[in-house]
Amino acid sequence: MTSNNSHFVAPIEETPLLATDAVKTDQAPLSLWSDAWRKLRRRPLFIISALLILALTVVALFPGLFTSVAPNEGCELANSEGGPTAGHPFGFTFQGCDIYSRVIHGTQASMSVGVLSVLCVLVIGVTFGALAGYYGGWIDAVLARLGDIFFALPLILGALVITQLPFFRENKSVWTVVFVISLLAWPQMARITRGAVIEVRNSDFVTAARALGVSKFGALVRHVLPNALAPIIVLATLELGVFIVAEATLSFLGIGLPQSIMSWGNDIAGAQASIRTRPEIMLFPAAALSITVLSFIMLGDAVRDALDPKSRQR
Amino acid sequence: MVRFILRRLLQVIPVFLGTTLLVYYMVFALPGDPIAALFGERQPPQAVIDTLRSQYHLDEPFWVQYGLFLKNLFTFNLGNDFTGQPIAAALARVFPVTAMLAIEALAIQAVFGVAFGVFAGLRRGGWFDSTVLVASLVVIAVPTFVLGFVFQLVFGVQLGWAKPTVGANADWGSLLLPAVVLGLVSFAYVLRLTRTSVSENMNADYVRTATAKGLSRPRVVLAHILRNSLIPVVTYLGANLGGLMGGAIVTEGIFNVPGVGNKLYQAVLRSEGPTIVSIVSVLVLVFVVANLLVDLLYAWLDPRIRYDQ
Repeated sequence: MTSNNSHFVAPIEETPLLATDAVKTDQAPLSLWSDAWRKLRRRPLFIISALLILALTVVALFPGLFTSVAPNEGCELANSEGGPTAGHPFGFTFQGCDIYSRVIHGTQASMSVGVLSVLCVLVIGVTFGALAGYYGGWIDAVLARLGDIFFALPLILGALVITQLPFFRENKSVWTVVFVISLLAWPQMARITRGAVIEVRNSDFVTAARALGVSKFGALVRHVLPNALAPIIVLATLELGVFIVAEATLSFLGIGLPQSIMSWGNDIAGAQASIRTRPEIMLFPAAALSITVLSFIMLGDAVRDALDPKSRQR
Repeated sequence: MVRFILRRLLQVIPVFLGTTLLVYYMVFALPGDPIAALFGERQPPQAVIDTLRSQYHLDEPFWVQYGLFLKNLFTFNLGNDFTGQPIAAALARVFPVTAMLAIEALAIQAVFGVAFGVFAGLRRGGWFDSTVLVASLVVIAVPTFVLGFVFQLVFGVQLGWAKPTVGANADWGSLLLPAVVLGLVSFAYVLRLTRTSVSENMNADYVRTATAKGLSRPRVVLAHILRNSLIPVVTYLGANLGGLMGGAIVTEGIFNVPGVGNKLYQAVLRSEGPTIVSIVSVLVLVFVVANLLVDLLYAWLDPRIRYDQ
């Protein structure tokens, strides 16, 4: 290292060499994943959101632990818009149902739609994006155009059209909502995957693997994809929150989950009737929805900062 | 630049055709008779069904139907909806309202989002930055329809600052409250994007050069930092127009705005195929053209993009 008094060259802090020089050669380099994990563990944002999501998962999987009232049971019209009483801490809806129990049971619908939609989007988007980016040529051209067509159909707009089909009018379930969301949302995942795969596919280690006799497809699965995962995981975490909002919006519009399934979107729609007289009826499912979305957004933020330090956008 | 524009224009055509074909196919060609759906349980005489089928060209092969639909779309002859009202006239009535709403929402999110983002980004880590970051996370997490009801109740009903519902005569003033609701979520995203982008560009060499040659601080910030920070913001605004359309359906419903979203939602509730397809096609066209404009703006903001491709 030269002394910093000399002004003939830029100080070392300003040159990109600093990052290279800073590498400690006496210890094994950290992989992207263990490095990210070390960074994540120290972020309060990550710890808070992870704990919240853990709690929400427990509530979604075992609602019976938190409320003894079964879904759609014990609704008495005599209790309509009633205030909190013993055993019913949040009071009652317009239909006289216990709000606390509805909020607890609604967790499952939101969480399962979010998680299943992200999984479907991952399967479709990563497959299409990886094939397009890796093989290029006509596969890329066809898949890119196909993606553009779905990309030009905004989510809520497309969902309004798809749910008009007789099949979707007659069968409403968690799966139909997951199908609609995944069908309209996969192009973004495909685009991100395609870009990441293109960045990795010409790396030396891929050439080396091919030279050692790994098949072209084998190299994609075993060497290219694992190294292109970072932006995919970041987008997937952020989309979880987006899809949960999408489900609630669709249910609110009456084209999402059926009334028979407890969902925060349905409950918010139902609370419209009481908005002027008892606005707090809407408050509870809305707060539950917002807290869930917030924890996924915070998780996505933290994961992006850890995995993808260069593109800290939004 | 002309070649760049032309090439992007050519790319728009297959996307538009593909998307409208998809929408048209889903509404008209999949099993389930739209005419039968129109009448519900009591089916009309066969003659009525036949007349309606030929009126909507449902007796022609699918490709002829789609071709006729495209021809009608571009001559703005959209036919009648199932209640006999001309669709084009209805659209002409509702489009200006939604355009006003969207422009107001876009202006709010662009102006305030960029301004707050610049202030936060210039003093990263300061109290303003920290406050605004936490507040924006909360705003992002609250869905538009919840925000709509809260604002309607608080500002419309309890404080009485604005009319809780817009009603038939929509103007800029009465649309302000729904526009704030519609723009707020994206406002938070614009703010965060601008902030990150500004704080990254603040230490760039060209900013130091601009300061060193004696430019005033406002000029450095506005002409150098801001212009270079706007690219991700503009990209986001364009891509988010689809989200804005979805939000408009919800917001217009809550505030009873007589706009496109409301019309579309009514058509969906009544299963009016022709109206749905017409509105969605026009909206898709708007979305695709807006993204084309964003691409051009992109090339104007950063001339390197023009030559790269």
